[in-house]
Amino acid sequence: MEHKKAIAINHLTVAYDAKPVLWDISCGFNEGHLTAIIGPNGAGKSTLIKSMLSFIQPITGTIDFTVSGEQKVPYKKVKNKIAYVPQNTTVDWDFPATVLDVVLMGRYGHLGWLKRPGKKDKDVAKQMLLKVGLPTFASRQISQLSGGQRQRVFLARALAQEADIYIMDEPLSGVDMKTERIIMKLLKRLVKKGKTVIVVHHDLQTVEEYFDNVVFINQEVIAQGPIQTAFTKENIDKTYHQDRNLGEGEG
Amino acid sequence: MFDQISLLLNDYTFQIVALGTGFLGLLSGVVGTYATLRKESLLGDALSHAALPGIGIGFILIQRKELSVLLLGALVSGLIATVIIQTMSKKTVVKLDSALSLILSSFFGLGLVILTSIQNNPNAQQAGLSNFIFGQASAMLLSDVQLIGVVGVVLLALVGLFWKEFKVFTFDPMFGQTLGFSGKIIESLMSTMIVVTIILGLESVGVILISALLIGPSVAARQWTDRLSIVIVLAAVVGFVSGVTGTFISSMGARIPTGPSIVVVVSSFVFFSLFFSPKRGIIAKHYAYKKRQKVFMKHIQSLEE
Repeated sequence: MEHKKAIAINHLTVAYDAKPVLWDISCGFNEGHLTAIIGPNGAGKSTLIKSMLSFIQPITGTIDFTVSGEQKVPYKKVKNKIAYVPQNTTVDWDFPATVLDVVLMGRYGHLGWLKRPGKKDKDVAKQMLLKVGLPTFASRQISQLSGGQRQRVFLARALAQEADIYIMDEPLSGVDMKTERIIMKLLKRLVKKGKTVIVVHHDLQTVEEYFDNVVFINQEVIAQGPIQTAFTKENIDKTYHQDRNLGEGEG
Repeated sequence: MFDQISLLLNDYTFQIVALGTGFLGLLSGVVGTYATLRKESLLGDALSHAALPGIGIGFILIQRKELSVLLLGALVSGLIATVIIQTMSKKTVVKLDSALSLILSSFFGLGLVILTSIQNNPNAQQAGLSNFIFGQASAMLLSDVQLIGVVGVVLLALVGLFWKEFKVFTFDPMFGQTLGFSGKIIESLMSTMIVVTIILGLESVGVILISALLIGPSVAARQWTDRLSIVIVLAAVVGFVSGVTGTFISSMGARIPTGPSIVVVVSSFVFFSLFFSPKRGIIAKHYAYKKRQKVFMKHIQSLEE
């Protein structure tokens, strides 16, 4: 039986200049599953999630979202049901703000224009800090955080959005084992509650242990499906094939 | 000496002008905090330098000093320059910093050429167009101060109203977009506020130094606190005090332009803060390091024994 898709991508092509970065991508992300997007550097993984979030205008193709109460609608209509966790290197951590300030930003979407966060929002934010294992960090200045702590603050901010779909750009890159375990435990708990989680992932070693589904990408969709059937040596080889002429022989 | 000071302080014109530059400094402090946090301070510098030819052309067109027309000219040429800078850095191989300094100096050069060539016109001399280079607060009229006041109140109200939107778009604009806010609206609102503040300050502080009044207060304020709201309030205070004190210094001496004296005051705040602030200051950091070193040395020694 075909599983219900939270995100369905149809014939998506994206190009920055003359060269296409993504070519005729069609893939889906199962509702209530934890899916990894895998591919070598420059394969277009970040471009794919940026297209999902409408940061990039595709040349052709559609991306439809299905969340609670909405069927197959464009991103614009369900923005508040989708939480995005950017790579934590994209912001200046010397910004004058406390950890709670940053997590509270996750509530801004629900508040809408002009309204300020109230006590309820602060409670939600604190609760999310507890979930990511930083309950005593609320009033800490963000410049004092380690890399792993920054990532967890970003995760708490996404959790505070109380979304249906979570899209994360390499949340496990540059974090220590302890943080990695905390993050993965949280993601699995989200999925258990029926949320959809999509993670750009780098580490092939941990894919089987961490994820339900996998999408292999290298400009095109190379393969996709449940880990058991799709995460095969053949598909990995096909995905990373283009790099092989850089040194790795056929063996 | 004291007579001279009290005479000046009681002088109605001085009071008006000092109020104008003070409020301008306050505004620059608030708006400039966003500019520095968004790393756009250089853009402000380019914009203000590039405003000069617009002032000259504005005067040529109407042949008298009508502040609103001159500032409109300044705005137009400043915006043209920013568009050129952004197009250059995006569409050509020229990097942003090169594009900035190139356009900044070429527009400023053009402005000087235009201004010098119309200096022969007695009207232009009277209008004191050269004041726009270094700033001359005493050239401000009551109506100019009123203009700064009204526009300033509007800008401050916007900051209060869009507090949370400005905050998230200054910290993490990509994330802000995914929350459902229009990045176009908020970011152009912030940029417009910066542009308007610069334009308002052209007459009293001058095209060369206005960006220092924009950047300085927030840099100084950032040293003393880790909270955005307090950074903004402190920057406002520093900007206000600098504006008033600078105008005072300039009025005391003979023909000292206001811009430089305001900037000297701002810079003193900046350097004092960089050295002496309790947590982020150079001296505090040095002592913290020494202290840590001592503790660890003791620890290491005790391990060796």
